[in-house]
Amino acid sequence: MDLIWQGMLEAFRLLIKGDREVIGIMLLSLEVSGAATLLSLLLGIPVGAFLALSNFSGRKLILGMVNTGMGMPPVVAGLLVSILLWRSGPLGFFRLLYTPSAMVIAQFSLAFPIVAGFTMAGIGQINPRLRMQIVALGASRWQMLLLLLREARLPLMAAVMAGFGAVISEVGASMMVGGNIKDQTRVLTTATVMETGKGNFSLAIALSIILLALVFAVNLTLTYIQQKRRPA
Amino acid sequence: MKKLMIFELLFLILFGLAQACAPSPGAPSSSPTPAPPVSASLPSTAAPSAASVPTTFLTPAPTESPKEVIKDVILSTTTSTQDSGLLDLLIPVFEKQTGYRVKTIAVGSGQAIAMGQRGEADVLLVHSPAAELQFMTTGAGINRRLVMHNDFIIIGPSSDPAGIKGESSAARALEKIFQAKAVFLSRGDESGTHALEKSLWKNASLDTSSQSWYQQSGQGMGATLNIASEKGAYTISDRATFLSSSRNIGLQILVEGDKSLLNIYHVIQIDPAKFPRVNGAGGKAFADFMVSPEAQDLIGKFGVEKYGQPLFFPDAGKPE
Repeated sequence: MDLIWQGMLEAFRLLIKGDREVIGIMLLSLEVSGAATLLSLLLGIPVGAFLALSNFSGRKLILGMVNTGMGMPPVVAGLLVSILLWRSGPLGFFRLLYTPSAMVIAQFSLAFPIVAGFTMAGIGQINPRLRMQIVALGASRWQMLLLLLREARLPLMAAVMAGFGAVISEVGASMMVGGNIKDQTRVLTTATVMETGKGNFSLAIALSIILLALVFAVNLTLTYIQQKRRPA
Repeated sequence: MKKLMIFELLFLILFGLAQACAPSPGAPSSSPTPAPPVSASLPSTAAPSAASVPTTFLTPAPTESPKEVIKDVILSTTTSTQDSGLLDLLIPVFEKQTGYRVKTIAVGSGQAIAMGQRGEADVLLVHSPAAELQFMTTGAGINRRLVMHNDFIIIGPSSDPAGIKGESSAARALEKIFQAKAVFLSRGDESGTHALEKSLWKNASLDTSSQSWYQQSGQGMGATLNIASEKGAYTISDRATFLSSSRNIGLQILVEGDKSLLNIYHVIQIDPAKFPRVNGAGGKAFADFMVSPEAQDLIGKFGVEKYGQPLFFPDAGKPE
């Protein structure tokens, strides 16, 4: 138990002292997971909206795939992205493996189905009569889409939080495609695994506490935004 | 119609991602993917919240070099060189000297060699001599050179249920563990340490394959030491990793000094003629550095101050 206490003290010490390495690791975690979440929003919201509103053969199959993707094991995503990005792999000429970009791609593939799935559910639960009403009032397709997305903003913000939470806390994919390289691809989760392996438990706990505090801060901000715009 | 538009959007974003991610030749930047501008199709309510959080952290890459050579060198190595802290000492010196940037992938020697076999690494620093020689026959590696050695030790709980403390022969110690059915934790990950451990059992003609007391962690040396400590199990470790984490674990050295416990590290360059994407010059520069007098001196002094004894003994240029 006193290890946890030591870890907390260590976390405060690192943050107050502004330890350059730990701050760098923290910022990289935020950058990589932030970029991955942003990309997954850009792609996931349109795809989710499309799947919710359209009707075509094979739609259920795709829905099933998206829903499966929401539970995609990070190591599987990491392995697949590694194989794609290997020098001998199809995208090897980009030389992306063991770079933050590779981590963004792997984390994107984890967050995308989550965002698409939440969007799908969010828009799907809107009363279909609202759609008819919007169309009857003479809205164009895009106007209708925007109105529906506005209507579904609570689940959409939940999508942001779920997506970000999933990627910043995963370790398997980041370890595999990033390589946990000092000052380059070391993020909070991979550093925690490494320090645990080295037996530096108090540092590992300190990193965990920093990670939790970070996720809490981001989610709190998002929650405030979500609740502020809550329909009356 | 809408279907087409969405597919177009998908394609554009993917293409933009690939473009943004691709490092310009010679200047691989460490910046994360600059995200494409927020698409106009986003709803006004979601856009500000989604954009406001991450963009503030999307700072540009700090350093970019205009040079045309590939600066990144992928070093595939064993967990012991990283977990002991040796690489944290050596790599900054190398990077400062040469301007290369080392990407250290610390895995077991088995995986490190497998990466070399596929041309996924530029240079290997490994300690699994039999597997290395096998690897050299495939022609993927060139210029295998001796770097340093230390030794393996058999460690276990201080209660020593199998009574191996002070045993001079590793084979006899394992035999005692076998007979006592004391819990033994193997790395089980095809690492150099695991390869040595397997050869020790084999040379002692002991078959551990169906023994319940013989357990495998499947993890790196540091993690395996933690597990062995918790379980009160025997295990085999390289001295460097054990010393650098021994303040935290409840295990002690029980058997050491047997010739069969020698732990030898070699550096191997990956042949750029065989794999066009291998950074041959960078791999050679790192290998040359590892056997240079400066690095050898650093290796010999590493850990002396902290642990009262060197963790590695420099061997460059010595006969095998």
